[in-house]
Amino acid sequence: MINPREIIETIKMISEENLDIRTITMGISLLDCSHERSETACVRIYDKITKYAQNLVSTGEDIEREYGIPIINKRISVTPISMIAESCNGADYVKIAETLDRAAAETGVNFIGGFSALVHKGYTNGDRRFIESIPYALAATERVCSSVNVASTKAGINMDAVRQMGGIVKQTAELTAHKGGIGCAKLVVFANAVEDNPFMAGAFHGVGEGECVINVGVSGPGVVKSALEAVKGQDFGVVAETIKKTAFKITRMGQLVAQEASKRLGVQFGIVDLSLAPTPAIGDSVAYILEEMGLEKCGTHGTTAALALLNDAVKKGGIMASSSVGGLSGAFIPVSEDAGMIEAAQSGALSLDKLEAMTCVCSVGLDMIAVPGDTSAETVAAIIADEAAIGVVNSKTTAVRLIPAPGAKVGDMIEFGGLLGRAPVMAVNRYSSSGFIRRGGRIPAPMHSLRN
Amino acid sequence: MEKAIITVIGKDMRGIIAEVSTLLAENDVNILDITQTTMQDLFTMIMFCDITENRLKLSELAKLLDDLGVRMGLSVRIQHEDIFNSMHRL
Repeated sequence: MINPREIIETIKMISEENLDIRTITMGISLLDCSHERSETACVRIYDKITKYAQNLVSTGEDIEREYGIPIINKRISVTPISMIAESCNGADYVKIAETLDRAAAETGVNFIGGFSALVHKGYTNGDRRFIESIPYALAATERVCSSVNVASTKAGINMDAVRQMGGIVKQTAELTAHKGGIGCAKLVVFANAVEDNPFMAGAFHGVGEGECVINVGVSGPGVVKSALEAVKGQDFGVVAETIKKTAFKITRMGQLVAQEASKRLGVQFGIVDLSLAPTPAIGDSVAYILEEMGLEKCGTHGTTAALALLNDAVKKGGIMASSSVGGLSGAFIPVSEDAGMIEAAQSGALSLDKLEAMTCVCSVGLDMIAVPGDTSAETVAAIIADEAAIGVVNSKTTAVRLIPAPGAKVGDMIEFGGLLGRAPVMAVNRYSSSGFIRRGGRIPAPMHSLRN
Repeated sequence: MEKAIITVIGKDMRGIIAEVSTLLAENDVNILDITQTTMQDLFTMIMFCDITENRLKLSELAKLLDDLGVRMGLSVRIQHEDIFNSMHRL
């Protein structure tokens, strides 16, 4: 039988160290919702989502109460809309986004992902029109999240798409300028996007996925930090072992919730995403874990090594705890959503360049970073290109979620509220990259893409 | 047998066990074992219960116990034992 010490340990993780299930995300295929009439496609999309996800939120809440573990978000991801809308004559993409928004509101989820396109090798005619609609769609909706995959290890980097996305990010910021450019917080530019990611804003239901799946993302930076406090000053072997054991426990909880949700909803279990996802709450920070390892401030020399160790140990600990691991799986470093990252950026310890280096060894990329409002579209595109290169060459997912906050200057603070947090505006390099970005075309795939 | 674990954490006072066990009896929950200890100056009681015959859904019982906790100024929670098993047992 379980002993009292173990019971108290679990309760302490939940009540004091912010352990939670970050998200239960239902992936729904919309491949059967295409129609040449845009209105008919919208009706099909709305009906399918609201039917499949009608019990998602209530089931999540039941599990939450029965197991006493908070499940912070219930969300939906759908097949990339660019594919569904491709066959519509004169598709009204903003109407489709509004349809997704209504379906999300009806089912009670806080975000719906999949207003997405995959253009890593090239554009279809529909893709181009679709991407042009993203700023308007994000300005017209609340819950819709968008992502565009512009590069892959197999295909290389579509620099035309990179260039276009620089402009799209800027335009999205301008159209949502009255809210600090919040539209950009719901727009991710990917390299090597994964098909089963449960986390927003980058979630979409890949075409290789089944009809409907449940993917779960766990969290718990506070638990890892607290476990490391108990091994202060000990060597890295001990640090890695401690993180692995903690990640195992966290992931087992994710696996339990995923299986239970899948059983109750009668939906296939997809994956557990082994991620350490911070929130703005004090004590729920990835930066604090790195600092606990002995760094005075996150961002100083040694940060990349610390993050590499953390990321690796989280995966090693989690992998045996779940029957199916997927998604992004690793440590997230979204600046605006992590109290320690915010402090580090404000104190000057953490720069955009250091964050870029950190993305080489952790799960995603330059995430939730506010940059000055006068940052040019070409500079945003060049930042995307750098990040895509890291992903493509290292065969990993990278992403860029930048907010060129209109009117904001370095040192200003942009408030998004809720889980999106608050972002200190960080400096970008003042020299131009426009000649580089204007070239267009495709950066070829690296040698190691030819594995066959 | 389906089991759940009730934990009561807070300041020690008269009638904690009486209140909790009355509520459980009313809802056909059988108490299998009770341990009680003081951890970091806090009274901690752990009850192992059989919820197979439970009249209410576990989530409804959780709400009643939570309300009781609020009335008594304690934290009272019930959790399905699977959460502890999944975390601490292979």
